[in-house]
Amino acid sequence: MQTVKMVVTGPFSAGKTQFIQSVSEIDVVATERKISTEDERAVKSSTTVAMDFGRITVDEDLVLYLFGTPGQKRFDFMWEILSEGMLGFIVMVDSTRPETFREARSILETFRAYAPTPFIVAANKQDLEDAWEMEDVRNALRLDAHTKLLPCVATDRESVKTVLLELLYSILQEMESKK
Amino acid sequence: MALRGNLRDFTITQLLNLINLAGKTGTLIVEGPTEQAQVSFREGKLAYARIGREDGSLALVLHKANKINANQFRAIADRAGQMTDKELGLLLINAGYVTQEDILLNLQAYFTDAIRRLFTWVEGIFRFENDMLPPEDRINVKLELENIIIEGSRQLRELEQLQDEIPSLDMALKFTERPLTNVNLSVDEWKVVKFVDPKNTMRQIAGTNKLDELEIRRIVYGLLQAGLVEVVRPAGSPIPTTNPKMFPTQDKEEQKTLINKLIGRIRTM
Repeated sequence: MQTVKMVVTGPFSAGKTQFIQSVSEIDVVATERKISTEDERAVKSSTTVAMDFGRITVDEDLVLYLFGTPGQKRFDFMWEILSEGMLGFIVMVDSTRPETFREARSILETFRAYAPTPFIVAANKQDLEDAWEMEDVRNALRLDAHTKLLPCVATDRESVKTVLLELLYSILQEMESKK
Repeated sequence: MALRGNLRDFTITQLLNLINLAGKTGTLIVEGPTEQAQVSFREGKLAYARIGREDGSLALVLHKANKINANQFRAIADRAGQMTDKELGLLLINAGYVTQEDILLNLQAYFTDAIRRLFTWVEGIFRFENDMLPPEDRINVKLELENIIIEGSRQLRELEQLQDEIPSLDMALKFTERPLTNVNLSVDEWKVVKFVDPKNTMRQIAGTNKLDELEIRRIVYGLLQAGLVEVVRPAGSPIPTTNPKMFPTQDKEEQKTLINKLIGRIRTM
């Protein structure tokens, strides 16, 4: 059996667990804990402290694992461990919460420094009225014109599939360009 | 869709950066604890600004700049109430009180000063109203934002925030396509700019210029905010997809087949 993995990262409550849940064929193995701080509790009641784990079986010889990182910075020791050997990574950001954009930038830069692998950025909750426009998200995250930024709704399987496919296209493109 | 939020999470320099990069036209409204600020932009350039009760009128600006005295200011307020600033400006130029250059320079200085005051606001709610233009009776300027952004970025002193913005000094910098002209840089900033090259990491640039981590981060942050540089992996570092642990096979064709299988599987889910 061959296995490959992708990592889904991003700030606290960006929608990483939901993203994996939308496409995983197994119930996501989530290592969640009750939120300990008042500010975070106001956003959601439990969070990932080690990792989320989802699976997509391709055939009897190949399986794709999706790992979700914990969002809070105090668990960033997990990021480097999870990023080892990944095909690529997705940075999720909640388009309705500009207060998390700084952290998203920091996570993005940290992951880029860890691993020279392709990545894309998914702007989650683009279906909500108070979501920032894509161009504003791009500028706020300081993404250059070559970085793929996709609108995303983590609860929508088709939207999640589009994001995963775009990352795979980027990986393929990298391989082709090295020929 | 809205560009709105809180100054605790998104600073004025970051907002100016957004407006600058996107070339936005409209008005940024900031509700501070005690007063409101309105700053208008045309195609990403500063056009007009006012804070609190000051109306940003030409008469007020010229009075504050000592171009007209208190009596003249009062007389204008009494007699020229219905006159637009453009009409008033022409009147003052024709009467020999000021030149056109005086008017533009003083308006620019006044609006820039309003932004400087805004930099000190740490509490407040902001929103950007697309296509909301400054009052028609006011004279607009057309001021590039890069220098104002760099000036605002110099005021950032918190190491923790700078570490969030630039977590790794082992990354390099490269110039963006924006031209580095008419930008007012300090000596230390120029020293850093001189070494901007994908071959040099930020740590190397800091070492060469004897800057500590806080100083190099603050300078780079200003250059990033002004859209003059971007962070890149250092030239010569591993190029993507070279990690042998990524794939269960080292055969390039098999790796491509594997990716195509994944694409096929996800498409049919």
